[in-house]
Amino acid sequence: MVRRLPEYLTIWVPLLLSAAHLVSFSLWTIWISFTPSTLVPVSGWVGLRNYTSVLASRNWQVAFDNLLLFGSAFVLLSLVTGLILAILLDQRIRGENVLRSIFLYPLAVSFVVTGTVWSWLLNPGIGIQKLVHDFGWTSFRFDWLIDRDMAIWTIVIAAIWQSSGFAMALFLAGLRSVDADLIKAAQIDGAGPVRMYRRVILPTLWPITITVIVIQLQFAISTFDLVRALTNGGPGIATQLPALVVYDLMFQRNLLGRGAAAAVLMLLILLSVLLPYAAWQYLQRRRAPHA
Amino acid sequence: MLIYLVVSLIAAAWLVPLIVVVLNSLRSNEEIVQTSMIGWPRQWAFGNYLTAWSDFCVAQTCVGIRPYMLNSALVTIPATIFSTLLGAVAGYAVSLWRFRGDSWIYGIVTLGIFLPQQMRLLPWTIVLRDTGLMNTLTGLVLIHTIQGLSFTVLFCRNYYVAIPQELIRAARIDGAGFFRIFWRIILPLSPPILVVTVIWQFTHIWNEFLYGVTFTTGQQQPVTAALIALSAAVADIPHHGVQSAAVMIAALPTLLIYLIGGKYFVRGLTAGAVK
Repeated sequence: MVRRLPEYLTIWVPLLLSAAHLVSFSLWTIWISFTPSTLVPVSGWVGLRNYTSVLASRNWQVAFDNLLLFGSAFVLLSLVTGLILAILLDQRIRGENVLRSIFLYPLAVSFVVTGTVWSWLLNPGIGIQKLVHDFGWTSFRFDWLIDRDMAIWTIVIAAIWQSSGFAMALFLAGLRSVDADLIKAAQIDGAGPVRMYRRVILPTLWPITITVIVIQLQFAISTFDLVRALTNGGPGIATQLPALVVYDLMFQRNLLGRGAAAAVLMLLILLSVLLPYAAWQYLQRRRAPHA
Repeated sequence: MLIYLVVSLIAAAWLVPLIVVVLNSLRSNEEIVQTSMIGWPRQWAFGNYLTAWSDFCVAQTCVGIRPYMLNSALVTIPATIFSTLLGAVAGYAVSLWRFRGDSWIYGIVTLGIFLPQQMRLLPWTIVLRDTGLMNTLTGLVLIHTIQGLSFTVLFCRNYYVAIPQELIRAARIDGAGFFRIFWRIILPLSPPILVVTVIWQFTHIWNEFLYGVTFTTGQQQPVTAALIALSAAVADIPHHGVQSAAVMIAALPTLLIYLIGGKYFVRGLTAGAVK
């Protein structure tokens, strides 16, 4: 027993530290969300009061509406972009590796960097609008960054640019693994390329599509850095998102209880995506035990 | 031919932000103010990089982004090494050594991939405060090592399950123990997955922002947090040329890693998705 102590320690210490921090941190944050904590954590019980005040706040409502819009627009558009890119690259074109690297490089860079760069490009005073004006088309307007109604779309643009490559990579792997016999059979039946994609190839991609949707949604729900660098939630609170609300409550307004409640709400939004996905995966596995 | 045209146009659009920053980092501030952020340098202002590196002012301290780059390196390199090594040993333990409760603990650890950072912000604040690690690089190393385990254990475990159990059993019969088997059998088989894990961890820790900005201030901040402080500081009098140079410097380490090990980076990216 003593002789094997180093072994037990090496196996258990990292795993236990990791598992224990996940469980205890989550439970602790959930507990704080039911306490009247403000500047420092205090015990006490206020029931759902933190939750009701977060849910009633203008900040959270705007953030939640933005998340719905941003989440669905970003996921849908990056899915379509990624699929188109994958199909284009699947045509045995020359320079595929270079092209694939180009579509994927944004993922290697931090959101702080890409958000900053997009904030310059989309800034009407120095970016694309200014460039077009200098060319002589002075009535051209592209000022979404400072437009309350359109500002959230600047986040969508930057997010699509940053992570469509990820959807492309997964779709491309899927396209490459379509059963060759299936394609051959369709060719013998005289299916043209469009029909081939619509009827034979694309239907095999739907499990990958669901995976891509879930991962992109997970990204959308926790988006923080990108908005912080691109709009910082503005103009006003027009591009507020849940992760920014949490940070604002916890560290700028020092309302720990409410901040924790907002964090738990984020977790619940995430679970509403992940739990159905986990259930679906479980059913898939049970239906195909050998896969 | 049409397909080449379409694909090149999209690729060009994807490169625009990179090209714009590179060109701007080489243009003087007057030139950018007169025209726009998008343009060819009339005079090459290589001095921007020197200014950004060592002279520029972030939050009243005029030392450029050099100290913040150093901070990022001092957090990223140890945290990458620790989380990868610990992840490899733990991945080996849960996949091949097997012990009571292994699948339970493995399941909980990998849940960490999904748990939002926001759920851990307050507890980490308490832990760092009580251990005296608030506003230190050591604190960030600790956070990234422990949190990184969720990814590194998953990567390594999924790689090691493909190694036949018989290999381990035979070695045990020969009297080899836990560490000996790891050192002699597992580690020599590991380079492919270790490269994926190291690249993944390095990129993620280097690019991380939320913990950096929450748990460090001033001179202790990693470069991502310093970049945001820099944009806020220059909001009144923009220095876009120097700022672009700073952005390029901050992005360079992960861009270089991507250029050199892109294949492994993508493998890490998709490894989480197809588990």
